[in-house]
Amino acid sequence: MAEAVDLKAIGTRPVRPDGVEKVTGRANFGADLNLPGMLHGKILRSPHAHARIKSVDLSGALAVDGVLAAISGKDIPGGGDLGDNVLANEKVLYDGHAVAAVAARSAFIAEQALDQIKVEYEVLNPVLSIDDAIADGATLVNESQHTNGDTSQPASNIAAVTKFERGDVDKGFAEADAVAEGEFRVPTAHQGYIEPHACTATINEEGKATVWCCTQGQFDVRSMTANCLNKQVSDIRVIPSEIGGGFGGKTTIYLEPVAVKLSEISGRPVKMVMSREEVFRATGPTSATLCRVKVGAKNDGTITAATAWLAYEAGAYPGAPVGPGCMSVLAPYDLENFRIEGLDVLVTKPKVAAYRAPGAPQSMHAMECAIDDLARKLGMDPIDLRLKNAADEGTVAPYGPQFPAIGLRACLEAAKVHPNYTTPPAEGQGRGVAVGFWFNIGMQSSAEIRIAENGAVTIMEGSPDIGGSRASMCLMAAETLGIPYENINAHVGDTEATGYCNTTGGSRTTFATGMAVIEACEDIIAQCKERAALTWELDVDQVDWEDGQAVPKPGVNADVKPLSLADIARSAGRTGGPLLGRASLNAQGPGASFSVNWTDVEVDRETGKVDVKAFTGVQDAGRAIHPSYVEGQMQGGAVQGLGWALNEEYIYNDDGVMENAGFLDYRVPVTSDMPMIDTQIVEVPNPSHPYGVRGVGETPIVAPLAATSNAVRDVLGFRINDLPLSPPRVLAAIDENE
Amino acid sequence: MARVVFPDHLRQHTNGTEELTVVCDSFRSLVRKLDSDFPGIEEVLMKTAVAIDGQIYQDAWLEPIQPDSEVFFMHRIEGG
Repeated sequence: MAEAVDLKAIGTRPVRPDGVEKVTGRANFGADLNLPGMLHGKILRSPHAHARIKSVDLSGALAVDGVLAAISGKDIPGGGDLGDNVLANEKVLYDGHAVAAVAARSAFIAEQALDQIKVEYEVLNPVLSIDDAIADGATLVNESQHTNGDTSQPASNIAAVTKFERGDVDKGFAEADAVAEGEFRVPTAHQGYIEPHACTATINEEGKATVWCCTQGQFDVRSMTANCLNKQVSDIRVIPSEIGGGFGGKTTIYLEPVAVKLSEISGRPVKMVMSREEVFRATGPTSATLCRVKVGAKNDGTITAATAWLAYEAGAYPGAPVGPGCMSVLAPYDLENFRIEGLDVLVTKPKVAAYRAPGAPQSMHAMECAIDDLARKLGMDPIDLRLKNAADEGTVAPYGPQFPAIGLRACLEAAKVHPNYTTPPAEGQGRGVAVGFWFNIGMQSSAEIRIAENGAVTIMEGSPDIGGSRASMCLMAAETLGIPYENINAHVGDTEATGYCNTTGGSRTTFATGMAVIEACEDIIAQCKERAALTWELDVDQVDWEDGQAVPKPGVNADVKPLSLADIARSAGRTGGPLLGRASLNAQGPGASFSVNWTDVEVDRETGKVDVKAFTGVQDAGRAIHPSYVEGQMQGGAVQGLGWALNEEYIYNDDGVMENAGFLDYRVPVTSDMPMIDTQIVEVPNPSHPYGVRGVGETPIVAPLAATSNAVRDVLGFRINDLPLSPPRVLAAIDENE
Repeated sequence: MARVVFPDHLRQHTNGTEELTVVCDSFRSLVRKLDSDFPGIEEVLMKTAVAIDGQIYQDAWLEPIQPDSEVFFMHRIEGG
């Protein structure tokens, strides 16, 4: 691995390659594409949270002048639960579930045509909470769902149960001098990406479709769309646009198969753009949770036992992120005795989708609050208690394996001496501390390096850029090739223009696609050495690559001038043709990331409003390729976590209809709500990456929930277990406690 | 022999077995051995992540396994 002192490009903060296009408004997002003859598609959505579909009559819509196609669930024949979520078949399972769709010459006509579709429903009881879903005699969301697939047991809304256990929990609690426990609820929260889902699709007479869309993964859109329509992936080309935020919410599909099908029927391109209300009602937020945790420790702070019972709402179909929730809840700690149980629970709400560090914020909110309470009972500094029990290299993680080199201890030690921590909170303010964790992932990536005649470098890769990754790719290429950053550009290709890449998410892109870019650059260097050897009439093993030039190795007797990448590219026709480097890999060893956050808050005791006055995040990035984008990820994740802690929640009425499907009533933080989010990057290099990279995008959202709860506990003198800490909840708690 | 551990959610496919030792030299040979003992488990394990000696793999098909290796199957990690 390259030592930090040797690095020239990595660690600098150049302007991003996509910056000019974005700040000038030229960049094309999902809804920006228009094609000749294009139709506009619209979706009819269920007004009921739970109902059986008795019939769908499209004839009224098809009779509307200007309507060229209309479809219902039977037109999406594949995809299983995914296809049923795209267009419902037998039942609607949440308010806003798609039932039918039309394509018309204008969006206005399409909206009018939706009113002419007749759907006959048999309305069923909604299932709106974990408590209702797991109660005896609960209404079943899916009558054929059995826990863990065990058909010997009655059908249940509990789709799966998962457990992790080590040691003797009862003995551990018996040895504890202090115990903290509680029940904590975290509400449904949406990723809140500014750009709604949008796509345009066209299909030709040979059945070959092209889809333009905003997505975190064009290859997954291709396979999921093909699956829903029983087509081959080779029948579909997916071209990703720039993306106006995803945060995990654009790792699945909603519109694409519908647009392709409408295009197939009408013979025209079809564009579909969700409204904000549709985004809230019908796309996947993250799970609401109910968590019961308990933790005990000796007087010296040694944690002797912990338990966690974690129930996650999956929405209408199985697949809540309860597994990662269970695996992360105690990941920061080196424990001998614990028991973790997780439930994946069906409710009549939208199927959840990934949201930054899926599953971790909810379970770690509960445990980090309990750890804070434990520190109070023991009279210990909350960072000292965590340092006393911190997982380190060699610690056996609660989910089984031993941690390799990790940066939790380094983060805690950096936090302990940080001036923002050594300075006490201002009078009237409270402070809360919490730690965050995410596994990070690697997976498959490809990259090509193309060299122009003047030596300019183009990177072609397949990972949509949701956080400045093109700049990071250029920096790693500059470092590897030894050439200026300004000579390199990076492009995200469509499914037919670049090699396969798994979806951008899980904080994999800078790690995994970065590794592919580095290997592709090494391929270029090897080719350049061969070309130089041919030029100089030397053996290739007599040639080195130094500072972006081919040079004879020390001791080689050759009276030649070094050849730059531009020199070699200019004469490439004489030495074998254009320079083209490539790499594909399945990246392993992504390296877990830990963070420490603390926040200072004030509480208005007359209104219950919580104001965040200061926030500091310390996080292990392995190595920060472009520190500004690492800090940006830390700040963005912190703000999303603070919003979830303070205000964000889905509000349903008794019939299961969402009542706050818009940004006026679903309140995300705005700039005036936030203090400066202060950051400190810790670098404990990941030994599995050539430059030491760890993913950084997931971890920052994890700790702000508990850090905020703990700060409010500090200032009020009592704990409010449930989120959000919105003015009504805080005011009610103040009234109750004072 | 490598030590192989199944988390709770996979034990329905192992007749309740939590842990066993297996003679194998790669993840591929491990999965094939397990599928002979627990027919059908290969399909399940292909959708599962695995940690071999502390290193987490989403797809470990060709990874070597040493006689003293520890192999933990686990939930596959995705992300936002």
